[in-house]
Order: sequence, then C-alpha cells, then structure tokens
Amino acid sequence: MPFISHTDEERRAMLEAIGLRAEDLFADIPPELRTKGLDLPRGMPEHRVRLHMNRLASRNASGLVGFLGGGFYDHFVPAAIDAIVSRSEFYTAYTPYQPEVSQGTLQAMYEYQSAICRLTEMEVANASLYDGGTAIYEAIMMSLAITGRRRVLVDETVNPIYRKMIRSYTGNLGIELMEIPVDGGRANRARIAEHFGENTAAIVVQNPNFFGAVDDVTDLGDLAHKHGALLIVSCYPISLGILKTPGAMGADIVVGEGQSLGLGLSFGGPYLGFMATRTPYLRKMPGRIAGRTLDKQGRDGFVMTIQAREQHIRREKATSNICTNEGLCALTALAYLSLLGKQGLREVAQMCADKASYAQGRLLRIDGVRLRFPKRWFFNEFVLELPTRADRVIRGLLQKGVAAGFPLSRYYAGMENSLLVAVTENRTKEEIDTLAHMLEVSL
Amino acid sequence: MKLIFEKSAAGRRGVRPVENDVGTSVEIPSALRRERPAELPELSELDVVRHFTGLSRLNFGLDSGFYPLGSCTMKYNPKVTEQIARYPGFAHLHPLLPQLPDGEAAVEGALEVLHEMDRWLSEICGMAAFTMQPLAGAHGELTGVMIMAAYHKARGNRKTTILIPDSAHGTNPASAAIAGYTVRTVPSNADGMTDMEALKAALNDEVAGLMLTCPNTLGLFDPNIQEIADRVHAADGLMYCDGANLNALVGVCRPGDLGFDIIHVNLHKTFATPHGGGGPGAGPVGVARKLVEFLPISVVCKRDDGSLHLDYDRPKSIGYVAPFYGNFGVIVRAYTYLLMLGREGLVRVSQNAVLNANYVRAKLQGHYDLPYDRICKHEVVFSAARQVARGVHALDIAKALIDRGFHPPTIYFPLIVKEALMIEPTETESKETLDAFIEAMIEIARLAQTDPKAITECPKTTPVGRLDDTRAARQPDLASLK
Repeated sequence: MPFISHTDEERRAMLEAIGLRAEDLFADIPPELRTKGLDLPRGMPEHRVRLHMNRLASRNASGLVGFLGGGFYDHFVPAAIDAIVSRSEFYTAYTPYQPEVSQGTLQAMYEYQSAICRLTEMEVANASLYDGGTAIYEAIMMSLAITGRRRVLVDETVNPIYRKMIRSYTGNLGIELMEIPVDGGRANRARIAEHFGENTAAIVVQNPNFFGAVDDVTDLGDLAHKHGALLIVSCYPISLGILKTPGAMGADIVVGEGQSLGLGLSFGGPYLGFMATRTPYLRKMPGRIAGRTLDKQGRDGFVMTIQAREQHIRREKATSNICTNEGLCALTALAYLSLLGKQGLREVAQMCADKASYAQGRLLRIDGVRLRFPKRWFFNEFVLELPTRADRVIRGLLQKGVAAGFPLSRYYAGMENSLLVAVTENRTKEEIDTLAHMLEVSL
Repeated sequence: MKLIFEKSAAGRRGVRPVENDVGTSVEIPSALRRERPAELPELSELDVVRHFTGLSRLNFGLDSGFYPLGSCTMKYNPKVTEQIARYPGFAHLHPLLPQLPDGEAAVEGALEVLHEMDRWLSEICGMAAFTMQPLAGAHGELTGVMIMAAYHKARGNRKTTILIPDSAHGTNPASAAIAGYTVRTVPSNADGMTDMEALKAALNDEVAGLMLTCPNTLGLFDPNIQEIADRVHAADGLMYCDGANLNALVGVCRPGDLGFDIIHVNLHKTFATPHGGGGPGAGPVGVARKLVEFLPISVVCKRDDGSLHLDYDRPKSIGYVAPFYGNFGVIVRAYTYLLMLGREGLVRVSQNAVLNANYVRAKLQGHYDLPYDRICKHEVVFSAARQVARGVHALDIAKALIDRGFHPPTIYFPLIVKEALMIEPTETESKETLDAFIEAMIEIARLAQTDPKAITECPKTTPVGRLDDTRAARQPDLASLK
C-alpha cells in the first residue's frame, strides 16, 4: 500500500500488543453510519500517475507568448530559488511552534519581514497573508479596528477581482464600502474628497493601478491623515525596484500580491499576500510575526511573537482568523530578493519599464491604435484603445499562440475596445515585434 | 546565524537579470521614482544558497524525523507530487487565461484537475459539491460560515449566533466572529463529548449553526453525532464540520452521512501536501445539495458535450473568496496523492492512522495521565499533570523530546485538558519509529520522577536554548531596517 510501512504481520503484532482487534478501532462509529465503499477508482502506481498528470498538463497552454498581466506576471525566476525552497527541512516543516528546532523558518520569516519593510519603506511587516486580495480585505478590517469608523473608500482602479473579494467579505458586516469611479486612468481626487467624511476609516488605492498607470498618492495620504483616517496602498513589489514607495507617500498600511517575487503563475496559487504598516498599528496587524530575542545564555534567536493578537490565544476576539498562511511563498520571495539583490531588483524593474515602453511605441505605430490614458506614466502595463473590440482581437491572436492582453470590458463598462497589455523582462524584442505584427494584421 | 543583510558586500552581484534587447530606456520622472534603492542584500548566488542551506539545517522537517504534532497530520509528503506540481503545464499557467474569449480551451487540463478533485472530495466526504478556492483551513471556515449566512438570508432567517464547543480550534470562533456572528461556547461533558443538556439549552431561533470538529480535538468520535445534527437541524441551523481531523475517517465514514451540511478539509493535512513551514495550505469546502447554489464564484461545470467551463453566473453565490481557483499547486499535489491511493488506499489511511494512535495510547497509558480513557481515533491526548507534581511541565517534556531526536507533539491544546500532550502519529510511520518514540516518552516520564532537572533543562542539543518570549513581545525587534 502506498506510503504505509506496516506489513500485515506488523499490524497483527501491534494489535496483539495492545489487546485489540482490528474491528475495535472503529467500534465507536455506529455501523449504519459507516461507508459501504467509495465510488472511486483504484489506486495507480507512480509511473502511471506521472503519465496521466503529464497528459493533463499538456492540455494546458502554458507556452503561450504572454502579454497577459492584470496583477499576475511572468517574471524571470532564477533556478537557485527552487533549490532553496526544495530543501525538505523547509518545506516539510510545520508552523514553527517549537522555536529551538525551527530557527531556519523563523530567521527566514524575520529576514522576509525586513526585506518587505526595506522594499516598501515601512516599519513592520507580517510573515504573510494568503494573497493580494485577502491582504486588502485584512488591511480594511485593520483600519476599521484602528479608527473605530465604518466607511471605506476604494478606488476603482484597484484590481476588480480584489474589489469583488472585498465586497463578498464585508457584505454582512454593515460596512459602508464606496467604490470611487476612475478619472482619466487614475484615482479620482474630487470624488474621493466628496465622499470623504468624518466616518471614513481608510482610502484604498493601488499603485501602479489596474491600468498600469503610476501615481503619487501623497495627497490622498495627507487628506486621510488630516481627518484621522488611514491610507491603504496595494502595490506591485517588482515596481518598487524603481518607483516611489508607499512608505514615502505616507501610506499607513501597504499590501500587495507577492507572486512576482519568484513565484510561478501556477494557475492562481499558491501566491503570497504581503502586509506592512507603521509601528503604532503593530498590535492590530493580522498574521504571524517573527521577532528576535535572546535565549538564557544570551544568544540571539527568533520566535513567533505578539501572539496576543492571534486566534489560538484570543479566539473570537482575534484580529483575524488566519492561521496557516503562505510561509514557503514568503521564503521564495526572500530568496528572490536576495538573489537579485539591491542592484538586480532595480535592473529588473527598469527592464520591465524599458520593454513596456518599447512595446508601447511599437504598438502605437499601428494605424488606429492609441493610448487610452495618454497623460499617464506607466510601469510595465498600459491600456491600448483599438479601433475594434478587444475581445475579438484577443481571440484571434490566442489561436496563433499569443496572449495579447486582457479585455478591460470584462470588468469596466464602456471599455469594449480597451486592451490591457503587460510586458515583463521575460518578453524579447522579437516577441514584442511579433505581437505588433499580428495585431496589425488582425485589425 | 548572521542575518542575510549582515553578509552583504557592497557591489557584489548574484543572479543576473534578463538582458535589455530593445535598445531603449525610459526615464520615469523623478517625482514618481524612489529616492534610494531598496537596501536588499548584495551577495553572490553561492552566498545566498549557502545562507539558506545553513538556515535549513537549523530546522526540523518531516523528512528529518518523527513529527507527531497533534491536529496537524504530519504524514509523509510524497516526492512525486512535488515533481508533478512543477510540470510547466501546471506551474506556468496564467490564471486569467480562461477569462479570455475561448480561453477555457487553453486550460482544459487544469479544469479537469479541479473538477476531478471536486468529485473525489465529494465522494470521500459525502457532500454534493466542493469548491477548491479556500486557501487554508481557516479560510475554508470563513467561506463555510459565509455560506451559512447566505443560506439563512435566502430563507429569511434572522440568525445571530454560532455555537462552538470549548474543545474547538481557535480558528472556529475567530472565523465565525469575523463573518459577523456572535460566538456561544458549548461546554464538553466529563467524557469529552458535546454536553447534550448544554447544547439543548443553547439552541434557539437565533442559532445559525454548530461548528464541530469530527472526530473532536481529543481524537474522540462523538457517538451522539446524529442526535446533535437532528437537534441543530430542528432549529433550522446548519452543521459545520471542521475537517482538520478527517484523517481518522477517510474511507470509513463520511461527514455528510453523519449529518454535516458543510465541511472544510485541509489538503496539507489529510491529503499529504507539505505544510511549508506555515503554508501554503488549501482548505476546500464541501456542501450538501441545498447549499450548492451559495458556493463561491467561479464553479467548474461540465457541459452536455463533456467539456468543462467556469460558471460565473451564480446569483445566489457568496461571491469571491479567492482571486481564482484556490491554491492550484497544492490541489495538483493532493490530486496526485489521491490517484495513487485510490479507494482501497484511502481506507488504509484511516485504519493505520487509528492503529498507530491507539498503539501509542496503550503503550504510554501507564506513564502519563490519560484524561479520556477510550479507544481514540487518529490522535491521543495525554496530560502531564502527574509530571507537574515533580515540576515537569508539558513544555519541558516537549523540549526533552527534541533532545531525543523527535519533534514534540502539540502541547497545551485542546484547552480543556490541563498540560495537554496531543500526539498524532499518522499512518505513514513505521512500528520502529513508534517504538523509539514510546521508549523516549517512557524514559522522560521516569526521569521526571527521579531527576526532574534532567528534563527541565532541555533542550541541550539545539543551536539555541529556550528563548525569551516575554522579551520578544515587550521589546519587539521585528525587522532589520536600514
């Protein structure tokens, strides 16, 4: 039997040693409640399972030339990352409840928290949340707890999938969640000011936003702070290799999706939600936190700390219900940031911007193609306005092996011709030229 | 070990990024740029690999040795599942592809994995359908409670309260509370079971449901389960099963047949995916027929021609709980595991898990207090009360086990057992391993009587000794900033 070591003889010996019969083990379950047999296939040996799964994998178009982003990106992943996270001392360990045999995990958590703080220019970070969407939800809940208020303003350029998640989670909680319509591809200052009231707990923005546009939201932080509210910024960590940080813009809580930091696309997960904040809000932050302390001999060591916030201590009064998070993904992100390093991350970010800029120039040479938001600076993603429906164009190119981008009409009214194009450092000049050529032919 | 930041040498480079073959460079205006580069480490690739190899050696993993952490089901994580999750067809697949026109055809294999997992888990748990979206156990609980809320809303019920036993995992009350419910605790009786009188007293029109771990956190199956379910249903409440302990039941009995309406399962427990030192996990949620319409968006459905598609048009759905389809990489691993086990292998899981737990129970019973002396399911909970009389606590026993090469069991949980030692051996451990662990536990019990200091001074073999938690919480040092 796979993965079970006992022989029948050993089972007999063990039962005999403890004076039980096999049927005694489940005697407490009334016979009428027991399963008569599961309607499932018989088990397969390893080689057949590999063949089967290989066939399934081959029915997925993972080899498309990808200009599809929308918050999830095909970045270069160094081989050393897999070697590091494949160390079974890391990946087969549980949450580090016993610090003396978990210093590897705990120190990595502390280093990850440090790297996130350095990247975002914030003061404290947790050891991970599930993903970028639940991270915004947790940040909103945190802002409600900190301010004691009930209204939250969410800019509509925050990833529309995340906004749907936030609506699901907060639907029953009596929270006044207001989504603020876009203004020329950026957060609508006038409308935010208009809806901002005494009961506003937080303003939530994304930078670069869902359209790829880069903004400086310092003014929104000033507005929030003037009235005792918080600024929550969701960001794309690779962009922080060159872009002004949420910390420098006065953000109070910074969150984001960490998939771009060395994690594969993996059809939507596992990903990594990161969160950082300012020291006064530490005790309202959800999730695991590692801290440095001393042992009895005065040696440095690491433990999980500030646990009085957490569900295993506070139960229904906890800041969040989160327990298992995305530990190995946080380790992946730390390994990525360490391998790329100070200079490398800046270069990757600049390369994304350079290649996107080249792609934009190349695509705008096509007749009838223009930028939807020409006044905005972008990072590695931008919105093209096509002379025809974007979904029609995408369908045609997909059949030729190119994922040209995302049709914004799926989430935004009046954007039927808008195509969201993402360019990472992985795309070559040749691939960009091919996209341009195919797009030109298809129009 | 030095922090990775302390090993940094100015100007040193690790992995070189992709080259710029487009020949252009864009200058984003300085007002939008960061002032200084992020102070990340500057190291060679070898420096980085050595650093993390060094850290890994300070860790104890399941592959290092016995890991009987109760309620966590630390069974062997088959290596082939790691290999398959890395197949490019799975690992490099963009989650937005099926949202493109005709894009579902580009992810057929992935949709089949999701659909098949739904079928397998539904059959194993006796449910009508599963969603794969919840990203961990507690996330599954929240999803399940949101489904409860949607059900009651659709029926026009005004329900405010969720009942939870005092033996429950902390995540249960936390999940119920953040979904907007008041939590009412139901005490356990002297046998460690749900106190029926207390349950009857707590049940009223305001009760949305009961969250129960099955078998419970004492590792015991509640023989009153059907009556409990009947009573909760009579109050138009729903039965939620915390499936963290499903390893005790797979192939033997199905929570749906016991009267549960909702269950979350932990793929990183029962279904052998690695825990990763704190995730990623996955907490798929299964529901009874009457709740299927409330499942989160999207749902993988089969068309008449047999092809699969994602259904986003679900008017009664609770909406989105995850951006896409769950922790897909984890789901691929669990599916691979299930294919290898098959129906006959699943039964052997619970049979051997329960045998191993009872073997440990019977062999240690004379040496440690056993507050609930019954045949257990997949785990057994002892108390160190006897040892405490000699000044040796559950924590000390845990540290003494570390020095003997074992990961300690879960300690101080469940809360209803004083000085709890919660041991879950799982089915994948051999008799020799169990015997060695039992021998170590007996030796520790003996030393606790004859030489308590030999236990209270442990661990002595680890890179650090017992750490100062109070200092960590009072003088927080949570990041190395620059």
